[in-house]
Amino acid sequence: MSKHHVTTKINGEETEFLCETQETLLDVLRNTLNLTGSKEGCASGDCGACSVIADGTLVCSCLMLGVEAEGKSITTVEGIAEGETLHPVQRQFLEHAALQCGFCTPGFIVATKALLDANPDPTEEEARYWLAGNLCRCTGYDKIIRAVMDAAAEMRGEARAA
Amino acid sequence: MNYIIPQSELKIVGTRPVRPDGVDKVTGRATFGADMTLAGMIWGKMLRSPHAHARIISIDTSKALALPGVRAVVTAADFPDIASEEAFVGEGPMNFRDLSRNCLARDKVLYEGHAVAAVAAASQSVAEAALELIDVTYEVLPHVIDVEAAMAAGAPILHEDMFTVGIEPKPTKPSNVAKRVAFAKGDAEAGFREADVIVEGRYTTQPVHQAYIEPHACLAQVAADGQAHIYSSTQGQFMVRAYCAKVLGWEIADIRSYPMEIGGGFGGKTLVYLEPVALALARKAGRPVKMVMTREEVFRASGPTSGAVIEVKLGARRDGTIVAAREVLKYQAGAFAGSPIGPGCMCGFAMYDLPNVDVVGYDVVSNRPKVAAYRAPGAPITSFAVESAMDDLARKLKIDPIALREMNGARDGSKTHYGVTHRDIGFLATLEAARSHPHYSAPLKPGQGRGVACGFWFNIGGESSGAVHVNEDGSISVVSGNPDIGGSRASMAMMAAEVLGVPIEHVRPIVGDTASIGFSHLTGGSRVTFATGMAVTQAAERVVDQLKQRAAQIWEIPPEAVEWKDGKAYPAGLNAGAFEPLTLAQIALKAGRTGGPISSEVTLNAQGAGPGFGCHICDVEVDRETGHVKILRYTAVQDVGKAIHPSYVEGQIQGGAAQGIGWALNEEYIYDKDGKMENAGFLDYRVPVASDLPLIEAVMVEVPNPRHPFGVRGVGEVPIVPPMAAVANAIRAATGLRMPDLPISPPKLRAALDAAAGAKAA
Repeated sequence: MSKHHVTTKINGEETEFLCETQETLLDVLRNTLNLTGSKEGCASGDCGACSVIADGTLVCSCLMLGVEAEGKSITTVEGIAEGETLHPVQRQFLEHAALQCGFCTPGFIVATKALLDANPDPTEEEARYWLAGNLCRCTGYDKIIRAVMDAAAEMRGEARAA
Repeated sequence: MNYIIPQSELKIVGTRPVRPDGVDKVTGRATFGADMTLAGMIWGKMLRSPHAHARIISIDTSKALALPGVRAVVTAADFPDIASEEAFVGEGPMNFRDLSRNCLARDKVLYEGHAVAAVAAASQSVAEAALELIDVTYEVLPHVIDVEAAMAAGAPILHEDMFTVGIEPKPTKPSNVAKRVAFAKGDAEAGFREADVIVEGRYTTQPVHQAYIEPHACLAQVAADGQAHIYSSTQGQFMVRAYCAKVLGWEIADIRSYPMEIGGGFGGKTLVYLEPVALALARKAGRPVKMVMTREEVFRASGPTSGAVIEVKLGARRDGTIVAAREVLKYQAGAFAGSPIGPGCMCGFAMYDLPNVDVVGYDVVSNRPKVAAYRAPGAPITSFAVESAMDDLARKLKIDPIALREMNGARDGSKTHYGVTHRDIGFLATLEAARSHPHYSAPLKPGQGRGVACGFWFNIGGESSGAVHVNEDGSISVVSGNPDIGGSRASMAMMAAEVLGVPIEHVRPIVGDTASIGFSHLTGGSRVTFATGMAVTQAAERVVDQLKQRAAQIWEIPPEAVEWKDGKAYPAGLNAGAFEPLTLAQIALKAGRTGGPISSEVTLNAQGAGPGFGCHICDVEVDRETGHVKILRYTAVQDVGKAIHPSYVEGQIQGGAAQGIGWALNEEYIYDKDGKMENAGFLDYRVPVASDLPLIEAVMVEVPNPRHPFGVRGVGEVPIVPPMAAVANAIRAATGLRMPDLPISPPKLRAALDAAAGAKAA
């Protein structure tokens, strides 16, 4: 079984990899490219721990094949911060203690960035529905939602919302 | 020393710094169980039983072994057949023989998903192909899933050698009832005769899974001389080491166990499933072997907690004094004995000062995965029943439900029905805080309902180790032996920083592997901030003593003449001499010339964990068309002792409440007629998502535990105890319907609403 050669862009860098036909993008990220920030919680698109942004669209990388990354631009959790400078979403998650075990956190960070890219001023309800595809079993979502709302406010240049 | 002092006198404890492991977790750098890789690593996969109950006639692995890329296959035949031996760990009993047979079935498979054989191969796809080539011949046996069916005469027997313990005379026939336990105080029969009002109910709960988002994962490596490394996602690296040694028949010192970052556990990672098998594969293959469960495997073969049937009877005088209480509990243990029936029998009535109590419990096996600890094991189940009955009693007596609990609530000196007398508890303070919270008196709209319920958990102490090292530049390393599930590293660093008087940024905490720190009992029982925090605090105090001694040496004065304040040594008073204060960094720099490295490791067996109490207030709205319950507002009040890092204490309370809401409304194991689980995935086993919940207000009541230097009580388990009854009581208030069967899912509630409407119309 010969592997496929894929050329893509990951976190702004031109990247090439070989993958088997049935390998998911998540498998490739984790096992071939050693980008283990994206997590596998279910492999069925239900938990969102593997969330990445592909050409501007939020996707579960466990539901996308590695070969489908051909020619696309992929952002993973490793590409959210600008060098050593954390993205406001990352900083607000830390300040709000919006994580406990931290396993779902990469997915939430990526999904929140995608939300705020699409809707810089979400209501709490909009944020909750957007993030309904990301499961967190530790926090009860309270501090996550507060972090998201404050990150949104910060990115809009407003004072702290809560 | 004691630091139970006003918050204004504390510099670090009680504040909310960013957690030390935070940046790694928001940037994807944190290394969890499945993220680890070693050179030459191959992949292990497990073959699992398709049957709920069957005898294994034969296992033929020859075709799998012949597949190119397959490096090793193991079955139970590769492991010693170990004798029955009870070990008490975590929060419940564990039998090593059962543990071994749960890791790989021997003779019989006892549930769908029971591990039968394992393969290690060059790639995941080859390993999966090899599993299909393993030929297992089964003789399928009749199975039993439900707890009362398993107790009935003529039920299929899982274990021919199981004779109910706790019954006199000893039974002559085997059964699925592993154990009967009973607790009594006073004379319940006489108590019920005195009662003016009696409420009774029969309640059922379904098994629910801990549903940590990270599936079980490990990586094993074994050298030619038998020395092994195991990296895993676990609540206890020492537990992994001990259990693997036991199941494999190896020496403990030959296994070095590394705790990776853990993606949630909630009790479900307090035992081993994959680790001994991965080690056996790694030894056979001569290569490091990684094993990661799929989500389906997590559901079918790990956890969950018990489903149960509970009968409750309460008797009270007209003034609200409860004079008698009775409870019968039947808990599912899964395929092997060991449900949390003990805590189940204790926790329901532990909150109340009752003269006459009679509780009987049964531990029952059936063809389901063996239950694992889940957050306050046993307590949420019993409290769903008791707190629902308390609500009915309050209604019948026309007494406010919080007032009824205040009248009967346990206070200092109250003796429980299991023999323990409560001391320094904060139940009444918690109830008072709930009653006076604005939520409790906020107006409701028509069709909405409010419920309250309470919860109790013992919390535990136990064996812990903590080390504090002063580095050459005066920065501090803190090492503990407990995996950090919810931010405990932050708490360890904060307690050490407070004692040392240094900024939190100079204190870096790590979780050590089994060769880097002394033995520590696993992370569970809400024990880490209490017990391991005690070890770290004492280690920091010993470091302060050393720092004072070194300063004394430099100044050539007696150590008693040195004072430690704000991270500096000062001469104590004018008589000590006039010296410029020495900072911790200055003393550290000279450590080599004043006696060598400055550090301390403390090992202890912490006693005096203070129990915790919670009271939750829940508002709901019921959609009568669909039976859907919307949680409108939720407030969780809890006695937390002392919150070291309040944000993470709130997080525990909010997270526990959310899990309880899922337990109340959605979560359950659904089986088909063949005993196969039908909803082994997050689509059909529905845990709460962000859009299901409101903000959850956590109210921390601080009644310090006098037996911890900072007043800490465990906080992680109490908050999952009240929600099921709080939700059910709110639904009762909104609809007039008492829903005694969990989960109160839309179809069930709609059917009840329709039936009630039909009865009214007729």
